[in-house]
Amino acid sequence: MKLQTATRLGLYAILELARDPNRTLSAAELGERFGVSTHSLAKVLGTLSAAGFVQGGRGASGGYRFTGNRRRITLMDIVALFEPAPGRRAKEPGEDTEIGSALQRVLTEIDEIAEATLRSISLETMLRGTN
Amino acid sequence: MIAIRPAEPADLSAIAALDARLTGQAKAVYWQDMLARYAGGPPERHFLVAETSRGVLVGFIAGEVRVWEFGQPPAGWVFAIQVDPRQRLKGAGSALFDALAARFKAQGVTHVRTLIDRKDHVILSFFRAQGMTAGPSLQLDKAL
Repeated sequence: MKLQTATRLGLYAILELARDPNRTLSAAELGERFGVSTHSLAKVLGTLSAAGFVQGGRGASGGYRFTGNRRRITLMDIVALFEPAPGRRAKEPGEDTEIGSALQRVLTEIDEIAEATLRSISLETMLRGTN
Repeated sequence: MIAIRPAEPADLSAIAALDARLTGQAKAVYWQDMLARYAGGPPERHFLVAETSRGVLVGFIAGEVRVWEFGQPPAGWVFAIQVDPRQRLKGAGSALFDALAARFKAQGVTHVRTLIDRKDHVILSFFRAQGMTAGPSLQLDKAL
């Protein structure tokens, strides 16, 4: 499964911040930790903040902290902020043909399994496997 | 404090009532049959209940060791678990799962398996939280 860069960064950021909800980390600190650009992370943190999963971030060096519920938020909640919902993506050329729709059924099956997996893993469960 | 013990025939009404409340379907005969076959049955079959210190049944789990099912080496299968919603997130489900897994392990199996509706995110999340991941098999289906 291929995730967009923003989705991957969003997952990195939320998981790192959720490790310790009392700690604040800036986009620069998170960027250094994962070897990714501060600019990209700042945008991703803005999206996470608008969704209410993190707070903070005023100014270039402003820190963010986790404000959600580790047991309730799933990987899918984060993925859904950055990836188009399966039913909402634009139709690809050829999808209406017999072969195109047969292929689409297989891809939908894969999407449904991926979504069920992502929806079943909470941040708490995920972090348990990283300690 | 939650205690785990093997189910007994006298637990039937509480088990059937809990299941009926959660699923919306009364299946007393089914649970009577399950208890007859699994509670005090062959050693590879297990039916455990969780109860409070006041003796109130708040959950149950059932499973068995199945040998070479689907071409796989012997494994412990969990095929039923229910916990009173008012007791969820308090450890009753995990205690039931751990107790069943310990019994499976004592019988020499190295894996525990189950089958879940992929749209049932609550139970999927529960099993994930117990450390379960996708297994070696894919369930396939065809409308007839």
